[in-house]
Amino acid sequence: MVKKAFMENEFLVALVIIGVSLAIGISNRAFFTVANLFDLLKNSVIMGIFAIGVFIVIVSGGIDVSFTAIAVFSLYVTNKVLVGLNYQGTILLAFLISAGIGTLLGIFNAIFISLYKIPTLIVTLGTQSIYRGFLLAFIGTTLIQDLPSGLIGFSKTYILKATTPNGGIMGLPIAIILLISIVFLCWLLLDYTMLGRGIYALGGDRTAAERAGFNVRTIEFFIYGFVGFLCGIAGIIHSSFARVANPFDLVGNELNVIAAVVLGGTKITGGHGTVLGTVLGVFLVVLVNNSLILLGVPSYWQKAVIGLLILIGTALPAYKFNRSTSRLGIEVH
Amino acid sequence: MNKYLARNLLKDNCLPGQFNIFSLTRRDGNLRRLLLITVIIFISMSVLSPKLFLTLRNFTSMSFQFPELGILAMAMMVTMLTGGIDLSAVGIANLSGIIAALILTSDSVTGAFGNSAIATIILLAIIVSAIMGVVCGLLNGLCISKIGITPILATLGSMQIFTGIAIVITRGSAIYGFPDQFSFVGNGNIWIFPMPLIIFVILSALFAIMLNKTTFGRKLYMMGSNPVAAVFSGINNTQMLIRTYILSGFLSAMAGIVMIARTNSAKADYGTSYVLQAILVVVLGGVNPSGGFGTVSGLVLAMLCLQFLSSGFNMLHFSNFFKEFVWGAVLVAVMVLNYYSNTGRSSFRRITKGLK
Repeated sequence: MVKKAFMENEFLVALVIIGVSLAIGISNRAFFTVANLFDLLKNSVIMGIFAIGVFIVIVSGGIDVSFTAIAVFSLYVTNKVLVGLNYQGTILLAFLISAGIGTLLGIFNAIFISLYKIPTLIVTLGTQSIYRGFLLAFIGTTLIQDLPSGLIGFSKTYILKATTPNGGIMGLPIAIILLISIVFLCWLLLDYTMLGRGIYALGGDRTAAERAGFNVRTIEFFIYGFVGFLCGIAGIIHSSFARVANPFDLVGNELNVIAAVVLGGTKITGGHGTVLGTVLGVFLVVLVNNSLILLGVPSYWQKAVIGLLILIGTALPAYKFNRSTSRLGIEVH
Repeated sequence: MNKYLARNLLKDNCLPGQFNIFSLTRRDGNLRRLLLITVIIFISMSVLSPKLFLTLRNFTSMSFQFPELGILAMAMMVTMLTGGIDLSAVGIANLSGIIAALILTSDSVTGAFGNSAIATIILLAIIVSAIMGVVCGLLNGLCISKIGITPILATLGSMQIFTGIAIVITRGSAIYGFPDQFSFVGNGNIWIFPMPLIIFVILSALFAIMLNKTTFGRKLYMMGSNPVAAVFSGINNTQMLIRTYILSGFLSAMAGIVMIARTNSAKADYGTSYVLQAILVVVLGGVNPSGGFGTVSGLVLAMLCLQFLSSGFNMLHFSNFFKEFVWGAVLVAVMVLNYYSNTGRSSFRRITKGLK
């Protein structure tokens, strides 16, 4: 039992998180405060939602690099429309518009992936520059500073509050509930619905999934539409946190999110991975991103340390797998 | 199996006949379409702004712009032929560029050689940065072939490491002030031909010869199209992969040299958008990302096609963002076109994919 737990990737990641936390906490007391925990959780929200979307895509055997472009497209267009209408209501409408735009863009991806059978990396690479190029060339390049009041209010709504050591107040924003519900929803979807099983099956072997009776085309449209939907939501939360809609934002961070998903034990070739692992992977990356300074590591070391983390984190399972296959006498890459 | 036999097998098309016919028609079809698209773009740009586009000055400026991306695309292509990918190419280019920049601007090196031996210093800088590229590539190759990390992840991690080290070395700031003789590499002309273009032509010619005329190249294609078959025909996949990533690292370092010579400065996060652009060029050029197929001529054609588009749009005063939009649209459009003209092949691919 214990031995089996050790083999589980989630357990290893959790262990690393605890180890890293202890190391940081010992060298800097400021780490083990509620305020810092709230800060880390707040920083996990956007990456967490993105990661859930990317996780679903990778499990289905694809890869998506256009999700940040979808998010920034949706958030900017939504804010532009709402500011243009001088909208002063709640954030709900913003979520609806943004998620709608995101879903449409996601379905646009799915058309090429599913109907034309173009590899997902190429499609999303192309659509990434299409979405971002279209946004910047035709919609706008200026920052929108005065966001609708609903968005500002949303970022100031806390479910819990704590005082920081230097007297400020740090709150746990309500957006964390959104993240938790999305995570929970996806877990239910993947583990307890036929659609979820279909996503795993598609990632395991497309032909087998087809023969087993899964409607692969519908599944693919669902996956990419759903990822777009999640991106729309993450985009609005991002602009609400940042208090600004910046059309140059987000794009360029997609590899970090993919790294978090893979660190969580999701196999890049598809078919394997868990929601829990993804959440842990995100938390590990956020932890390292935000706490190296507390550890006394200069900020310019950050990139190298994260790279090392990715290499080690992926090397261990790969090495284990490699040894088990080479025992069969085949060495194929 | 010995090298001689492997080479002859491939030369005489002794692989299953169907396989080769499919690959050939496909490759030529892509190339033909790409050529047509490039010619159409060229003609429409010439018609739209004849006074600006059809000038020697425009062609000179174009040939200063595309070589660095072109060389990076070659680095990407060689890994994609094996079914891998090298996301760290730009990271390697920047890191080795910075190493070269350090040598070029260091007082102690100038002191050791004296100001007269400027050519020696430049040569030293280029050689050291090439070694740096090879070492980085070796690291990638070992992670991928010995440890067995998926290429996309190994190079994702190493990209961060290389860029990270470059940031640590430079503390985030730029290095500048190279000797004039060095910036000749990036900004000089020999007769009417810009130096970057000459470097690009030489490198791509060598690269094409290597892919088409050497055993290494043949083995590369063979391993890319079917790694299991490659193992059973006596190809050492581990060794081949290591060599491939070393080559990719070397080419990236060369791109780095051209890059720092052209801008006359080196910075850790220079050209980060080049990663995805390089993949775009390679794929547009007809390289199959799952390995095995692709030609240097396709890559060069794709590079020209995109450069004509970029320069043409600049002259028509479109924004850079419109250019980005069109690049993406061209990529997707070409892939859709390929789908329609290869419908016969798609059923074939489904069968082979099912076998994997």
